[in-house]
Amino acid sequence: MKSSKYFSIFFLGLLTFSSCSDDDPAPEPINEEEIITTFTATLVPDGGGTTITLQTRDLDGDGPNPPEVTVSGDFVPNSVYNGSLVLLNETETPSENITNEVEAEDEEHQFFYTIGGGLNASTEYANFDDDGNPLGTAFTFSTGAASSGTLGFTLRHEPTKPNTDLADAGGETDIAVTFSVSIQ
Amino acid sequence: MSFRQLVLLATLLLSFWGHGQECSFSLRGKVQDFHDKSPLVGATLYIPELEVSAITDLNGEYIFEKLCAGNFEIEIMHPECRTLIFPVIITRSDTRDFLMEHHLEKLDEVKVVGSLFTNKTNSGLEEQVSEESLLRNSGASLGDAIKELSGVSSLNTGATIVKPAIHGLNGSRILVLNDGVRMQDMEWGDEHAPNVDVNSAGSISVIKGASALQYGGDAIGGVIVMEQSILPVRDTLYGKTVLNGISNGRGGSISSDLTKIFRDQWFLRVQGSYKRLGDQEAPDYILSNTGIAETASSIQFGRKTLEWGVQARYSFYDAEIAILRASHIGNIDDLIRSINSGEPEIIRPFTYDLQNPRQDVTHHLGKLSFYKRFEGMGKWNVQYDFQQNRRREYDVRRGELNDRASLDLELTTHSLSTDFKWDAAEKYEWQAGLIGRYQVNFPNPATGVRRLIPDYNKTELGGFLTGEYKLKPNWNIDAGIRYDFVNIDATKFYQTSRWEERGYDQEFSDLVVEEIGNQLLTNPVFTYHNFSGTTGLNYSKNNTTFLRFNYALAQRAPNPSELFSDGLHHSAARIELGDLRIKSEISNKFSLSYERRYNTWGFSVEPYANFLKDFIVLEPTGVEFTIRGAFPVWSYRQTDARLLGIDASAYADWHPNWRSEHQISLVKGNDLEQDLALINIPPVNLRNSLNFYKENWQDFEVSLISDLVLRQNEFPPNIVVFSPEQQEDVLLEINSPPAAYHLLGLNSKAEFSLGGFGKLITSVVVNNLLNTTYRDYLNRQRYFADGLGRNVQIQIIVNY
Repeated sequence: MKSSKYFSIFFLGLLTFSSCSDDDPAPEPINEEEIITTFTATLVPDGGGTTITLQTRDLDGDGPNPPEVTVSGDFVPNSVYNGSLVLLNETETPSENITNEVEAEDEEHQFFYTIGGGLNASTEYANFDDDGNPLGTAFTFSTGAASSGTLGFTLRHEPTKPNTDLADAGGETDIAVTFSVSIQ
Repeated sequence: MSFRQLVLLATLLLSFWGHGQECSFSLRGKVQDFHDKSPLVGATLYIPELEVSAITDLNGEYIFEKLCAGNFEIEIMHPECRTLIFPVIITRSDTRDFLMEHHLEKLDEVKVVGSLFTNKTNSGLEEQVSEESLLRNSGASLGDAIKELSGVSSLNTGATIVKPAIHGLNGSRILVLNDGVRMQDMEWGDEHAPNVDVNSAGSISVIKGASALQYGGDAIGGVIVMEQSILPVRDTLYGKTVLNGISNGRGGSISSDLTKIFRDQWFLRVQGSYKRLGDQEAPDYILSNTGIAETASSIQFGRKTLEWGVQARYSFYDAEIAILRASHIGNIDDLIRSINSGEPEIIRPFTYDLQNPRQDVTHHLGKLSFYKRFEGMGKWNVQYDFQQNRRREYDVRRGELNDRASLDLELTTHSLSTDFKWDAAEKYEWQAGLIGRYQVNFPNPATGVRRLIPDYNKTELGGFLTGEYKLKPNWNIDAGIRYDFVNIDATKFYQTSRWEERGYDQEFSDLVVEEIGNQLLTNPVFTYHNFSGTTGLNYSKNNTTFLRFNYALAQRAPNPSELFSDGLHHSAARIELGDLRIKSEISNKFSLSYERRYNTWGFSVEPYANFLKDFIVLEPTGVEFTIRGAFPVWSYRQTDARLLGIDASAYADWHPNWRSEHQISLVKGNDLEQDLALINIPPVNLRNSLNFYKENWQDFEVSLISDLVLRQNEFPPNIVVFSPEQQEDVLLEINSPPAAYHLLGLNSKAEFSLGGFGKLITSVVVNNLLNTTYRDYLNRQRYFADGLGRNVQIQIIVNY
């Protein structure tokens, strides 16, 4: 019968088709290029003293492990600290310094500082973008009387500039970290 | 060409010459059904050259007398058959029998008139999009076009990404058949709409459930069947052009098609569409970055005769879709801010630019098919199809990375299928088929973002057998079974921390191939055996009473997203986690349909119950902290669920010019294990319309349409998350549905004849006539912005 010929052709086709070998090479691993794993704030007291380092580090990025947060010590009352921020991607070797990228695109970025929980201190921007609006990778931190509370840092990508604070800045959050600190 | 003219001339000469000769010959014979040789009564035989005709009697016999000698063509027409033309040579009195294709629908070429059904199943719930509605949605999408049917809704991302949902289910639970090819276009993602151009379809049917086993055994939600329009059997050239001007988005679309049918039943059809919109607008503001550019084209050619046919088709689809800028957010605090502010954070002046975030998707489809009809038996089909789907998603990124896609997937699929349909017997009909499919997914590593969907090879093999039996004159019963084998062989990198957190190190340690830094290279290989089946009955009487009952068992293997997802989804500010332990989900669906048509009114009621075992759901399960802040974690899990629903519709002809139509859809979804409502279940919606039609005012038609969508009161609970910005736990109202809303629409249409040249149809469609502000529960951008404001569409259709 004629139809049997058609069927046999079809099955032959099916066989050839399913016998395709799959010896593809293994895919290469991807290291996230834009992830920020490490945030470090270095606060150097004006006129000498102990430098305080605040760091949060999350080597698995979006992975399940929470960031490791470290605070090197307590602040001294009634002092002025010169702060600087460094952002790293440590999934790459050598690690990539993302602060440079943020500073290069200064008009599209801004850091915000949040003091909470009764900490007696204040902050001020120490660097600005080309339009004269705050950028904030450098800042000053002035302590008051002994107290404890939180110091938070938020980096916004494409915020509305100028702005008054986080509430009207908009944009997307690239970093949101909070440290528990004390002044003693 | 010149040869043909010569033949024509010769024929003419011959016939003239013939006139001079004897004209006393006769031609007699029978017209019979191709399948069972039964006589066809009342067929008209016509010889155009001589302007004589004959009609078959009760025995299917005809006779022409006093014919002259010569070469002629006989046109044979029968109300239930396709008109055929046969050449005859008369040199003496002769006897000749003709065979005609009696079962029109078996040729898949039924003219769709109004609400007439062309059933794909005997007892399943089916509905067809009217030709008018299809044209009206020429500037929209497939999801928009079928949304007017009862029980059909959609899960949207803005207004341009419309994912169809049937009886509350969407995504991989819905199959889209595009001219006989099952679309493989990454339907697993919430923001992935079908990659098809609605203008490429001549008709669209929706099967609400898994009762059409020939298309697949995993259609737990249903099947959308897009088909080509019927080709007439004569030497002709025709086409149409549809032009749309769309006010909201300040753009429009154009779609054109042209069909050439040659004398010997070869045909060629070309079709193309282009759509361009800029930013769309809500009543109070511009929805910045919501434009679209869509291009689609197709070419097909082949030959269709009664005994055999061959067809080749190639189609291309490309869409670049901008996604609301304000919906791209950084972390949970950004999401809280968006939900609370009530207005998008970014509103810019109108632009046609398509900026990041955006999607760029392309789809190539090639198909070769062949059929052969065996006299007294049935029809055999064989088809090979090739599909390549490429999806690139661009996020808002730093620096030069902004021009690089964050997600870049290429999905290539080959399918080979065959089926045989025995339709010669009068009382029963059988269909059996086999399918093999091979699919490769390639995620491009150049994105610099860890792969959301891994590299995989997937092999599928399936077979089905379905049958229909005419029990009594008005009763038909059907049954079918299907088996599908699915094998998925993936190569995926897991972060070691994720692998351990998921507990895979305990259960799947044998899948690990290599440890590279803090990542593990794994090779998960899974096999699924799925069984499906259906049975039902259909009663129809006098074309006024219809009753259908159907039971369908469907089984669906998990899709790659459900198994392997692992990463941060920016557009939703959530971490999505698949699970390697997920197995096939099983649906048991019962549906009933009762329809009555009286002289001036009619109604239909369609209740259904779908019991789902191991139903795969994606829902918020917790929070994870990163340096960017906190993100809710959405995980896939399996549970037992139940969907209960009813669709009802009615129409009334109040006056020869006035008609009203009414429709209501209601569905309830419950997670039976946790006694909670299911997520994303469509709220109750009511659609009422009043139409005025007057034939002698250029077929003038105007309709006022009211859509009332109630608030979804059954939804899963919201989640409590810790907000780093506020330094406290806050309630994230991620599941709270928006309020009920009511939209009015207006359609108006008139037709003008262009003499012998063709026909011109003009129409005006106004959506959201009153410019009402609303948000829809099933729109993923409801957290960020209102729905579309008023849209006026002016349409011109030229048929030629």
